[in-house]
Amino acid sequence: MNKEWKDFNEGKWLKEINVRNFIQKNYTLYKGDDSFLEDATENTTKLWNKVLDYMKEERKKGILDVDTKVISTITSHDSGYIDKNLEKIVGIQTEKPLKRSIMPFGGIRVVKGSLEAYDYELDEETSAIFDNKYRKTHNDGVFDVYTDEIRKARRSGIITGLPDAYGRGRIIGDYRRVALYGVDKLIKDKKEEKKQLDDNIMSSDIIRLREEIAEQIYALEELKEMAAKYNFDISKPAKNSIEAVQWTYFGYLAAVKEQNGAAMSLGRVSTFLDIYFERDLAKGIITEKDIQEIIDHFVMKLRMVRFLRTPSYDELFSGDPTWVTEVIGGMGIDGRTLVTKSSFRILHTLYNIGPAPEPNLTVLWSERLPENFKKFVTKVSIDTSAIQYENDDLMREYYGDDYGIACCVSAMKIGKQMQFFGARANLAKALLYAINGGKDEKSGVQVGPNFEPITSEYLNYDEVSEKFNLVMDWLAQLYINTLNIIHYMHDKYAYERVQMALHDKDIVRTMAAGIAGLSVVADSLSAIKHSKVKVIRNKEGLAVNYEVEGKYPAFGNNEDSVDEIATSIVKNFMNKLRKQETYRNSIPTLSILTITSNVVYGKKTGSTPDGRKAGEPFAPGANPMHGRDSNGAIASMASVAKIPYEHSEDGISYTFSIVPKALGKTEDDRINNLAGLLDGYFHDEGHHINVNVFDRDTLLDAMDHPEKYPQLTIRVSGYAVNFIKLTKEQQMDVINRTFHNRA
Amino acid sequence: MNIKGNIHSIETCGTVDGPGIRFVIFTQGCPLRCQYCHNPDTWKTNEGNRITVDELIAKIKKYKSYMKFSAGGVTLTGGEPLLQPEFAKELFKKCKEENIHTTIDTSGFISLEKITDVLEYTDLVLLDIKSFNPTLYKDLTGVSNNPTIKLAKYLSDINKLTWIRHVIVPNLTDKEEDLIALAEFLSSLNNIEKVELLPFHKMGEYKWEELGYKYKLKNTSTPSEETMEMAVKIFKERNVNVIYE
Repeated sequence: MNKEWKDFNEGKWLKEINVRNFIQKNYTLYKGDDSFLEDATENTTKLWNKVLDYMKEERKKGILDVDTKVISTITSHDSGYIDKNLEKIVGIQTEKPLKRSIMPFGGIRVVKGSLEAYDYELDEETSAIFDNKYRKTHNDGVFDVYTDEIRKARRSGIITGLPDAYGRGRIIGDYRRVALYGVDKLIKDKKEEKKQLDDNIMSSDIIRLREEIAEQIYALEELKEMAAKYNFDISKPAKNSIEAVQWTYFGYLAAVKEQNGAAMSLGRVSTFLDIYFERDLAKGIITEKDIQEIIDHFVMKLRMVRFLRTPSYDELFSGDPTWVTEVIGGMGIDGRTLVTKSSFRILHTLYNIGPAPEPNLTVLWSERLPENFKKFVTKVSIDTSAIQYENDDLMREYYGDDYGIACCVSAMKIGKQMQFFGARANLAKALLYAINGGKDEKSGVQVGPNFEPITSEYLNYDEVSEKFNLVMDWLAQLYINTLNIIHYMHDKYAYERVQMALHDKDIVRTMAAGIAGLSVVADSLSAIKHSKVKVIRNKEGLAVNYEVEGKYPAFGNNEDSVDEIATSIVKNFMNKLRKQETYRNSIPTLSILTITSNVVYGKKTGSTPDGRKAGEPFAPGANPMHGRDSNGAIASMASVAKIPYEHSEDGISYTFSIVPKALGKTEDDRINNLAGLLDGYFHDEGHHINVNVFDRDTLLDAMDHPEKYPQLTIRVSGYAVNFIKLTKEQQMDVINRTFHNRA
Repeated sequence: MNIKGNIHSIETCGTVDGPGIRFVIFTQGCPLRCQYCHNPDTWKTNEGNRITVDELIAKIKKYKSYMKFSAGGVTLTGGEPLLQPEFAKELFKKCKEENIHTTIDTSGFISLEKITDVLEYTDLVLLDIKSFNPTLYKDLTGVSNNPTIKLAKYLSDINKLTWIRHVIVPNLTDKEEDLIALAEFLSSLNNIEKVELLPFHKMGEYKWEELGYKYKLKNTSTPSEETMEMAVKIFKERNVNVIYE
């Protein structure tokens, strides 16, 4: 056994790359309370204040600084520090804190556009590389292949947010491998993997894989080189706590230097790292104060990840999110909880260095989590509104007990699974296409298949359903075709070398489609079925407005008559996706998640038969439409919980906002009730919930006085944002959402 | 048998009317006309929706997980739920068959003999004593406080778990001598788990305006921190377990 592994329990992890086995053999679960936690050290506060100053400056300028010449790679930039004497964990993306860099392989246009938006210009020589096509980008490749039909669908917004001009993200490297094994062992392993393919017939699949592994090996070499710039030799395993955190972080840092992915999630590191803390505590070479300081500094670094993005990207995914998602807690398949002291410590950073949207702290909830942990996390939620929760009892069946969440709600086995991110299709628009014979309700352009439009004065449920079904057939095929093109090109021109180097050779790939506007469609169909919906047409005969006569049951009130409509739409669309042929035989999945794009989707969509007017935002994710859930918070949650996870395996996002008083009279009541609410929701098979606990007045005040709320964090759809970084429109959208305030 | 209740509305996430998360049923109709009422839309007995006990039980059962995990249950409030004793009894009886905790929130202005069998199926009573001073009570609510006091004593006699609620309204229910009288009365009872002092708020004012009623407390503010602390002290000194928001 390596000397770095002294005192660890043996297991399969010694013979193969197997972090899960290492964790299972070595971790110390914790059922106690939060009383052991330590406050921020003086150094931590000093260091964080420096970071806050940088962030303040950044907010004023849009971006603090950017390197307009050097293309970011793992080794492109020199080492950089906030304050070398104070930092326990080192490493930033460029040589200066919050200085952004260019990552053009996803698309050069986005880079140029982003630079221009902030009054910078791409260096001429760098620009020439792409202008002269010495190097082609992912974006170029995609648009070389897109069909006219795809272009039209993209322009009309029936499919949007596609990762065809930027990095796709949603891949989690197993960064823990760097700490546990050291990079040399990982390289050796990759070389063996490549060798295993020597005797294969050289089909295009095998050739591609062999080239990918070769790239992975280069990336691992570069990872070592990057660490060396900070005077660390990470060829061998980490031998103590601080090295374990530092090594793990280096793995992650390499990823965010190489890829500007839409979501660059961290995985599941806290319980892994806890093993090192426990070993050092047992040896007496570290104190609780030291440990908390290391974690605080690590988290600080995660809060400083920056990418160069365009304002239009920000409109879709507001608040400069990076989705450094870290999952916490959960249960092992052997019945032991995976909660350790470090699960508490990482949550405690929300007090020590204040609330923040990143890292995206995600608690894997189980009925069987230790009571003390439940109490602690709900308290943190009530105090900070910075946590999201996902159903471990539900996901464990699918992914075992070493999965992470990429982005917001996408579960994947760490190091064994990735997804091809597919953004989302606008189902509300698809419903309008069903009514208008495939014509876009805003432009009048024939985007979908040309079939007979509905001409009756009042909508008939059977007729609309039948046509909607046809539109969904068309949409599912077009959508997957589009994603196939995107991911073929992304693999070819913007392959995630270092992230994939931290995966096994043979991995599961999913093709992650998504839908927006679920509650709009469900309510529209319910209105057509249960009340009368009159169509208002323009002079070209295009249906552009609707009058709802009478009441209809709306999604979000726990009424089966409409909830079943929502459920069947999801199931039906998923089944259509399942029929498609996918790139690399990836498994189609579906998410009901909009992030903050519900506002933009709404803007691009005409009036709908539920009474929603043209341009009005959709509800986020799987949420009921604002103000229509009138039976209280739990009826709303219960409706969402009915959406079947087996047909929406990429996640079902629900965002919940409640005023503190509506959770109970005393702090103990609020903690008990929030924990009960989560237990109930997840027991009834809800998948995900964002919890916001604050008064509407706080948000209104923050809109007027952003300077007073630099760290006000709120949960939107699947991630958290700095409220003051949202656009005005999105701020209003959040404020107008249903706040559950009746007690 | 399928008794109907006259219902104003339902809240699925009640957290302040009894322990845990509660399915709260607001009944329609109330004999009191409290000056500070925040649900004046529940007063009239000739309005509301008539719903059968079975329909309600079917709805309630959908929330069993939430009730179980938070140690919550069902609360019947209003309006005055005990205006409909047959309905209340039947509903609670069926709740108990489902093992669901039951709470009734009442002003106590009812004739005791009509409601004793409701109490058999009630786990917790929230008894709202608007004032211990009979004159003030009449002025505040339009009715006498005799039935309320009688119920309080009866609940103590049968040892029924009870929480007392009392709203502190500046210049009305914040008189020291009235609070002392109430506290002393309560300390003589043996079934009071806690007293909730509720600071007056105006969140119901808009409803008065909508309904075209004249809101007498337009110029009354919420009680000061000192007033609330004074009130809390009075109860604590008499060994009454008291909380306020």
